[in-house]
Amino acid sequence: MIKPIPALLYEQSESGRRAAVMPDCDVPESTFPEELLRADLKLPELSEPGVVRYFTQLSQLNFSIDTNFYPLGSCTMKYNPKVNEAMASLPGFLGHHPLQEEMLSQGSLELMYRLQEQLAAVSGFHSVSLQPAAGAQGEFAGISMIRAYHESRGEAHRRRVLIPDSAHGTNPATVTMAGYEPVELPSDANGNVDLQALKEACDDNLAALMITNPNTLGLFEEHIEEVTGTIHEFGGLVYGDGANMNALLGTLRPGDVGIDVMHFNLHKTFSTPHGGGGPGSGPVAAAEILAPFLPGPVVEREAEGGPYSFVTPAQSIGSIKLFYGNFGMNIRAFTYILMHGASGMRELGENAVLNANYLKSRIEKLLPVKYKRNCMHEFVAGGKIEGAEEITTRDIAKRLLDYGMHAPTVYFPLIVKEALMIEPTESENKRTLDAFVEALETIISEAREHPGLLHGAPHEMPLKRLDEVKAVKDLVLCMHP
Amino acid sequence: MTFDKDVKYLESHEWARKDGDVVVCGISDYAQDSLGDVVFVELPEVGQTLKKGDAFGVVESVKAASDVYMPVSGEIVETNGVLEETPETINEDPFGDGWLIKIQPSDVSEYEGLMSAEDYKAYTEGLED
Repeated sequence: MIKPIPALLYEQSESGRRAAVMPDCDVPESTFPEELLRADLKLPELSEPGVVRYFTQLSQLNFSIDTNFYPLGSCTMKYNPKVNEAMASLPGFLGHHPLQEEMLSQGSLELMYRLQEQLAAVSGFHSVSLQPAAGAQGEFAGISMIRAYHESRGEAHRRRVLIPDSAHGTNPATVTMAGYEPVELPSDANGNVDLQALKEACDDNLAALMITNPNTLGLFEEHIEEVTGTIHEFGGLVYGDGANMNALLGTLRPGDVGIDVMHFNLHKTFSTPHGGGGPGSGPVAAAEILAPFLPGPVVEREAEGGPYSFVTPAQSIGSIKLFYGNFGMNIRAFTYILMHGASGMRELGENAVLNANYLKSRIEKLLPVKYKRNCMHEFVAGGKIEGAEEITTRDIAKRLLDYGMHAPTVYFPLIVKEALMIEPTESENKRTLDAFVEALETIISEAREHPGLLHGAPHEMPLKRLDEVKAVKDLVLCMHP
Repeated sequence: MTFDKDVKYLESHEWARKDGDVVVCGISDYAQDSLGDVVFVELPEVGQTLKKGDAFGVVESVKAASDVYMPVSGEIVETNGVLEETPETINEDPFGDGWLIKIQPSDVSEYEGLMSAEDYKAYTEGLED
């Protein structure tokens, strides 16, 4: 049965209904200033159970990792262990005010310090700042640090940032936001950076390269050291987009292969909630030459056994987030890391890669997969079905919802036509992966025999096919009761 | 898929047509088909001078936002105001009413160097996976 969408609170409103009854006033009433009174203030009037049912019904419409398989490529929709929530709810953390003085905040500071150390250890960097609120802000911090570095050396003329066409879509936006000029680099036939094109694009104005490894095709950059070496030769620095770090956990440390600065997505690799489940967190890690430029404050400890304190690095780009970043996410990520330990980290990465390769080996028999290499944590198929040429990736994606599975990321990366970017994560077992393949098999036969079913999908969702063009052109964000 | 024979093409999927003194520029049928429904177009200021290969605007669809590049160097003399309200004109008539800009070229020989419809068609076939 399709769950209905409840009527809006405003539509359910009935004059005089109320959720709370105020006690009689036992002090003299004062009058409210006349000019502040409004007669046109439309607020919904409902009973308490009415409000509770409304929000509970809304929550039951959620499509989440706690309810369904969610192979959204590049987003690492892994399970978020409930022990993370238990730790974040400890009263010492929960009741801790960010303005409380350092000596009364030692527990929280220690957690931040140890998380900084863990992230540096797992990635091979010198120092970490937990400030950035999410991945895009982590990127912005990293590129701003590179800019501050060049400027500190009197090399402000370096303005060009190379970005492979298999990089994350946020990278060119970050570069533009930081006042730099993005330059796209092509991929070669194996999905690696085209080394010849890389060398030709390097000159005296090179500021940096932003590389996503594994890239958005889910492919490991096979010449990573040659790529970073070339950039360094021309006086540039290398930014590593750590969004795909899940694939490398415990196997490769980006700091060891010439990356100078990288952000993490705690909400991807380290199991903190995504989107509506909580704010993101995008700590940024730096090699020694860039460490003085990290956003601050960061947590330091003067001596073993001594107190922890907030310190702003010497040439810091400054503070980029109120207080100390999204601290609640730090607790969850720290818990996740401790629960798994170092060997567990490696297992997570290996299982993520194993799951993706298992799915790829089955799906490449059904749909075209452009690059004939083992993938890392994700892979990209094309939504083209032989014998059903008019069916698009969008149709397949929408139909998957009817089978109780979230659609993969679609139409990205742009270098694969009709792209379906699939990332199962290590959370899923073989049965779930097989069920996904079976759903795709069913959809492919439907596409050939009853294409209308796909064109009209989804059929089992509370809302049918949405008009994406109208949503972009005629965007309404405010409700007017 | 239409490959209008009266225009010349760029590898970045723009087309250019000589119309008297000016060069009219838009995006190809192949480009509009790959992009899907166009929802927004950003065009340059009239009077701006740009070089061949410079990005002069952005075409945004539900799938992607793509820069569009100058087929020849020159001054922008007119932009297609219709696209502000009805960007979908690009999908409906890419070689006609869906044109983007008119350029007063500074070097007409650049136009002659662009791809013919035949070459462009072969080029797009090479792009198929």
